[in-house]
Amino acid sequence: MKKTYDVIIIGGGVVGTSIARELSRFTLSVALLEKEAELAFGVSKSNSGIIHPGTQNPPFSLKGRLCVEGNRLMRTWARELGVHFVEVGECILIFEEKERAALLQIKADAESLGVPGLRLVDRAWLRDHEPNVNPEALAALYAPSAGIISPYRLVYDLAENAVRNGAEIFLEQKVVSLRKENNLFWVGTESGESFQSRFLINAAGLFADEVARLAGIHDITIRPRKGEEYLLDKKRENLTRHLLFPLPTKTSKGILVIKTADGNPMVGPTARPTDDKEDLATTDQGLQEVLAAVQKMVPSIRREDIIAYFAGLRPVAGDDFILRHEHGVPGMIQAAGMQSPGLTAAPAVARCVCSLLAKNGLALRRKWFFHRHRKAARHLFTLPLGQAGKLIRRHPPYGDIVCRCEMVSAQEVRDAVHRGARTLDGIKFRTRAQAGRCHGGFCTTRIMKILAAELNLPPEKISKRGPGSEIVMADRDTGVFEAKDQHEE
Amino acid sequence: MKNNTVQHDCIIVGGGPAGMAAALEAAAQGVKDILLLERDQYLGGILNQCIHTGFGLHQFQADLTGPEFSARYIQRLHETPQIRVSLQTFVVRLTPDKILTCIKPGRMLTLAAKALILCTGCRERTREMIPIPGTRPAGVFPAGLAQKLINMEGLLPGKEVVVIGSGDIGLIMARRFSLEGARVRAVIEILPQSRGLARNVVQCLEDFDIPLYLQHRVACLYGRQRVEKVKVVRVDDSLRDLPGTAFFLPCDTVLVSVGLIPENELIEMAGVPLDPRTNTPVSPGINQTSFPGLFVSGNAFRIYDLVDSVVRDSACAGRQAAEYLRGLGT
Repeated sequence: MKKTYDVIIIGGGVVGTSIARELSRFTLSVALLEKEAELAFGVSKSNSGIIHPGTQNPPFSLKGRLCVEGNRLMRTWARELGVHFVEVGECILIFEEKERAALLQIKADAESLGVPGLRLVDRAWLRDHEPNVNPEALAALYAPSAGIISPYRLVYDLAENAVRNGAEIFLEQKVVSLRKENNLFWVGTESGESFQSRFLINAAGLFADEVARLAGIHDITIRPRKGEEYLLDKKRENLTRHLLFPLPTKTSKGILVIKTADGNPMVGPTARPTDDKEDLATTDQGLQEVLAAVQKMVPSIRREDIIAYFAGLRPVAGDDFILRHEHGVPGMIQAAGMQSPGLTAAPAVARCVCSLLAKNGLALRRKWFFHRHRKAARHLFTLPLGQAGKLIRRHPPYGDIVCRCEMVSAQEVRDAVHRGARTLDGIKFRTRAQAGRCHGGFCTTRIMKILAAELNLPPEKISKRGPGSEIVMADRDTGVFEAKDQHEE
Repeated sequence: MKNNTVQHDCIIVGGGPAGMAAALEAAAQGVKDILLLERDQYLGGILNQCIHTGFGLHQFQADLTGPEFSARYIQRLHETPQIRVSLQTFVVRLTPDKILTCIKPGRMLTLAAKALILCTGCRERTREMIPIPGTRPAGVFPAGLAQKLINMEGLLPGKEVVVIGSGDIGLIMARRFSLEGARVRAVIEILPQSRGLARNVVQCLEDFDIPLYLQHRVACLYGRQRVEKVKVVRVDDSLRDLPGTAFFLPCDTVLVSVGLIPENELIEMAGVPLDPRTNTPVSPGINQTSFPGLFVSGNAFRIYDLVDSVVRDSACAGRQAAEYLRGLGT
């Protein structure tokens, strides 16, 4: 007899894993299905990593409310999970007097949503607090509650904590069929497996419309909007103190100067509709557009500062989030269209999903013990030298450096594998190894060896981001490459 | 100075050809207490993966492979008791007064150098620095990484190859892939002439019938999981795209060989002024920095074509350090 879960969540991004973590507080059996080789490999890996204060949202929108509540909850969640969250604050800049009215409108809208601490600042304030900002900037709306977080690390930590509390996660399980029979959902995946549950949550991001259609729901359409982002060298870490925004446009918050949780400033994103849900290409035009926009705010940004770039897709489904119980398919919850501020809103969305489930017949009983805290992973690059020294004395492999640019040790890479990394990108997102100036030129072979040794894989099975993205060819005598990581003593 | 700091007359960071040559010459000039730090678990640096010949023509009047060339230095290093080698030792911090913080498995050390020679080599410029637009699939390798995978690990990165850039590493890797049975479809060079040595153009491309597209650039990369093709465009003398000249080359592997950047992040941390264009120290003369007693040699000082020139100039750094120490009365 197959196991029947109380809840199945489709989608392992920040929304799906937040829901999994929230549900793992209760005496429920929960399964999360992800189509990719690792979690956070969709929308959650390529976004700006901003915890928005709640500005730039219509005052009566669902996403506005969930953003403000998510911003508040994220602080607790980050603390409990040991994720690095920094409240850096943001400034929405204006350059002309005639833009002031729009800025005041944003302030009024945000205040009606309950965004705390908003204040208009003038040129003198900007000169003192943001010395690199274009001196022609006239004024700004300062929102102190804006913050930054590593979006993928948040997902990994949410997932780890959910699993610790009993949730089950299945990777490389692309859902291809859904049916409801005898009050149970039968979920079939491409690999031929099937899962069953009483309740079903669609958190499939870019593919939420396709999952909905499998269940006979046809009124959700995801229209991806592409955003190109360009990361700058860590040497430019102190380029700005706050997140810098222009006045928002109709479709986006504009092209920004972003601080990231890892230190590298980032500029972007563009906002261009696309029909292709897999179109992650950056373009010459995108780069020109981003540079022109951010140089207006911070003139000293140069093309030569760029060390990496990527494109992400916003899962746009109309103007607002779709968060509802599907009355035509009782027991199914849609959590779709979670474009910006979806990352910020995720904890609030998760709570909302719980109450929708409760309202529709799922009894939520708190567990006798919920592991609220997660033991944070150790990262040399975040430790002061003295502490790093102590760690290395206690655990010698932390002194065995693999990634020279970001100072990542062999043991951190192994820790990442033990915490679920299966691919080179999975290692990069968790540890920063390969994310620095040399882009893995020096450390890729060593990381491949550690992955091979820890997962007992032949080298041709090691991939960048899952099946199809393997690094080397298979039809060869690979006797020279010893699966055992030779450096270990 | 903290009391757990160990002082040495001369510390050399980097155990490739530059560091070894500098250490040997410093010893020959009478320096008694030399410490050579190497972050890898063996000496030789990048020479270990250069299994082709062409090394040592000037230095040894012999046509050696990279490992053979470095073996001669390692041998001499072991015969020189004034030089101590510390492997798997990674310098994480350098202060202006030449105090180094290093980590190795199980230990963190603080070292003070009277004279310091940095022989930290260089890294490859990446696809991201050009930057080439398009997707970011597997199969795009810095040429040196592909070289390491093939020559040191015995792994083949791909079978249908396009090489971007005609520097020596790109040329040598075009030949290497051909020898391994892969098909090298093209070497793409944006300039009107190859950047590599003439002998490499002949021996690596012409002898293997590999087409070299001069005044062309790769304008876009395609492929979702693994690279599938590249778009190539012809450019004019001012590097602008010529309309109507674009064509596609299918491939499963792209090697990027578009130049080298000296690795000088350590001296930058110490506050040594660098030329932002070349990432090399602003220097009053060969191997010198604006800090007395702090020398930089080999590819960290400037990018060399030949290892023979690296060891020649790095030996000079060893002499300069010895002279500096004599000036201190050591």
